[in-house]
Amino acid sequence: MELFREVRVDWLGKKWYFLGFSLIFSVAGVLSLLFWHGLPQDVDFRGGTVVRVKFDQQPNLDHIRAAADKAGLKDVRIQTIVGGGQSTSNEVIISLAHSANEESLDQGRAAILQTLEANYARNSAANQGKLDLDNAGQATLAGWLAEKDPEHLGSSDAAQQHYAQQAEAIVGYRNARSGIIDSIDNLGTVTTPAVLAELKQDAFLSGFTIRNVEIVGPQVGAQLKKQALLATLYSLAGMLVYLWFRFELIYGVAAVVAVFHDTLITVGAFSLTNQEVSLTVIAAILTLVGYSMNDTIVVFDRIRENLRLTRREPLADIVNRSINQTLSRTVLTSGLTFLTVLSLYLFGGEVLHGFSFALVVGILIGTYSSIAVAAPMLVAYQEWRQGRGKAAVLPAAKKARV
Amino acid sequence: MRKNLTQKIVLIFAVLIVFVFGIFGIPKGLSGTALKNAILDRIHLGLDLKGGTHLILQVMTDEAVNFAITNDAAHVQTDLQQNGITVSSVIPDTAHPATILISGAPPDRAGDIRSVLNQRYGNQYDVSSGANNTFTLTMKPSAIADLKKNTMDHSIEVIRQRVDSLGVSEPVIAPYSLGSDQILVELPGVDDPARVKDVIQSTARLEIHEVQGGPWPDEQAALQALGGTVPYDSILLHTAPGASAAGSPNQVYQIKRAAEVAGTDIRDAQASRNQNTNEPEVVFYLTTAAGNHFAEFTGANKGKSLCIVLDNKIQEVATIHDQIRDTGTISGGSMNEQQAKDLSMLLRTGALPASIHYLQESTVGPSLGADSIRQGVLASIVGMLAVLIFMLIYYRGSGINADLALILNLVILLGFMGFTGSVLTLPGIAGVILTIGMGVDSNVLIFERIREELRAGKSPAAAVDQGFAHAWTTIIDTHVTTIVSAAILFIFGTGPVRGFAVTLTFGLLANLFTAVFVSRVIFDSHLNKMQRGATLSI
Repeated sequence: MELFREVRVDWLGKKWYFLGFSLIFSVAGVLSLLFWHGLPQDVDFRGGTVVRVKFDQQPNLDHIRAAADKAGLKDVRIQTIVGGGQSTSNEVIISLAHSANEESLDQGRAAILQTLEANYARNSAANQGKLDLDNAGQATLAGWLAEKDPEHLGSSDAAQQHYAQQAEAIVGYRNARSGIIDSIDNLGTVTTPAVLAELKQDAFLSGFTIRNVEIVGPQVGAQLKKQALLATLYSLAGMLVYLWFRFELIYGVAAVVAVFHDTLITVGAFSLTNQEVSLTVIAAILTLVGYSMNDTIVVFDRIRENLRLTRREPLADIVNRSINQTLSRTVLTSGLTFLTVLSLYLFGGEVLHGFSFALVVGILIGTYSSIAVAAPMLVAYQEWRQGRGKAAVLPAAKKARV
Repeated sequence: MRKNLTQKIVLIFAVLIVFVFGIFGIPKGLSGTALKNAILDRIHLGLDLKGGTHLILQVMTDEAVNFAITNDAAHVQTDLQQNGITVSSVIPDTAHPATILISGAPPDRAGDIRSVLNQRYGNQYDVSSGANNTFTLTMKPSAIADLKKNTMDHSIEVIRQRVDSLGVSEPVIAPYSLGSDQILVELPGVDDPARVKDVIQSTARLEIHEVQGGPWPDEQAALQALGGTVPYDSILLHTAPGASAAGSPNQVYQIKRAAEVAGTDIRDAQASRNQNTNEPEVVFYLTTAAGNHFAEFTGANKGKSLCIVLDNKIQEVATIHDQIRDTGTISGGSMNEQQAKDLSMLLRTGALPASIHYLQESTVGPSLGADSIRQGVLASIVGMLAVLIFMLIYYRGSGINADLALILNLVILLGFMGFTGSVLTLPGIAGVILTIGMGVDSNVLIFERIREELRAGKSPAAAVDQGFAHAWTTIIDTHVTTIVSAAILFIFGTGPVRGFAVTLTFGLLANLFTAVFVSRVIFDSHLNKMQRGATLSI
């Protein structure tokens, strides 16, 4: 099977379309960054408190919001989690703006927890003094069982170990159900009857569970922001130096401009869709810097090879031919990487959502830009030099290559 | 033109076996669970997959400097007195950091003062004299840097001991790369970090001071009684809520600024119960040197009062009836047994040299980690199958070649992680998938080139030869750029992101071997078997 055989497309002749396309997307992204959504930042960068809660049924957001208001929490944002292939996951993310100093970092979490507990669990008199099986940690549960000692084993090491195993089994059951136990009765499959009886008597299910807590102080947020920016710039500079060393400065400049264009459009996509940029998104963008460079290098390598074979031909023709010759490879590899990334986006879950979104957008744009941005820039540069009466100095190669 | 491939094939199988061993080690059995346990034994899961707490804390190193300055100021006064020089005051200079100000020095003894100061403190301080019979000792920048570094090292050591004593398995406690005064603490499996955080954060600085005045009901009354100002060598402290021997809580005492016994002087501490009241209490013992000093002091100061200060709160006040050698008791009435145990543990592990602030906390519940593993593995399998199937359809016979190379690539990557004990994070799993997607790039480059050469009319053997030769430089270039990105990620990234950089780099390095060497050997062995004139399935 072969998709691109003997392609003869005049890519450079379409450069104005490309320029228009790139401009529209870059400018839209920049405008959104400046005037619309700005750059939505994840808690890593923005600082603040984020608590991710899962409920056993569709949570009533207004109810949670009202409870938070009543508890005196300001600037609370509540979002439901969608995506990850599931239509509804009954999960919400409750976030608070950051506190001004590091000392009061913990307060936001405590307030959110109290609000949830008051509304979902502890307010019922029947549950007073009982253990919340949806939220108890494994160590807490093991200690609680050992203290209650439903099997009358005493406080020997063997007893402790037995209850630790029971606790592990219960937590294992809970983890297999994303943190919410459907019913205490069903725990009988993993616990001994005596433990089950004890659980039925002195434990309850609150119907919500804290899945994840992130608390970031302003200092760390600022540090991470600086690091992320530096890492992106260093990585662009590293690419420039490498291409300069392997080809010629103008190749490096063209490639880096193309990659910068990709980065800008990817970040713009986050702004336009109002998705948060997190540390892993930055990791994805850095990966894209390297990946998008790959396509560009493959085209450049071919240009260099063809230049060596036919020095008489106009550069534009050589570039067109090089793009066409490598088109099959470019589309195939990008397509295959895109397949894996798409699988991440569809099945990888909420935590990786931003990461895979960046890769999905970035791989499409990166492939496009190596054809539509980097190569035309090379030609434009040469035409500009000729226009100034200088000889074309695009070298075939620094040294003979096999 | 048959090639002898035996050696190369043996090498490939040897690599395969070595890296399969890297993934599984020697499993206890061949059942699913035994294999799974064998893998988890060798490839460690990151906090985001296993569940646990990640903390970044900041050590207030300036406090340690201030603390040293305060102590040295007291020592300077004693040293001068021992040399028969009386000055009106030796105090930390509030206007300048890390500076001790000596004022009211006798003008005729200026030379003596200078020589005493230079001799005793010249290593750590710059000594200079100023107007109005003053001297200043300024701590040298190198001494400050040393002190801060020691404070960090000491803090890490203390935190490690405390975390260990709480029974957290496989914790990570290390300097954090982003700031010189920050510490990273990772506590796998801890999904309720409140108690651990409290234990880590307790300064637990226990000191014994001489009581000079009081008690007063509040600070205002104390100031009034002292005539408006607190003498420079003493401070006012509150009693802790529930402190028993001091009478009612929250009273104010005037105590001597310099401690008779400092936090580093504690040798041992045990939780026990009071013989009379049966209330929980903590008994502590001093080191030999501190014990001797303390015995000397208490012997010489019978009738005066002492107080035990814990984290700047007075816990106990007692009159010295007799010489005390090396032991003391803290029995604050509100302590429960758990608190007494925690406090004795804290005293045993020693005080933190400076207080600690939390800058960041991230807790991943085990259920989220379990979900992440499920989803990550599902995404990997779907992505990988998509690539493998596509290669088979698009390149037919040669697709098998590429698929074998990709699978070997994956085995080497996972085996490498097993050997190096790398930590697999969720972004790390993404890195594995991406390696598959990007690794297939090399195969596509080579195959496309071979097709081109075949179209140009070359024989299969020559086309394969040319295809590999031409694609080689391009493959190197593309790998270098991605690895440069990954290296920068590794340098700047933290935690999960580093895991991603590591898997991506390992994967691409392994890819050089599989896509270029292994794939070539498979082609060659196929070409060896091919009939003359047959076409290559590509």
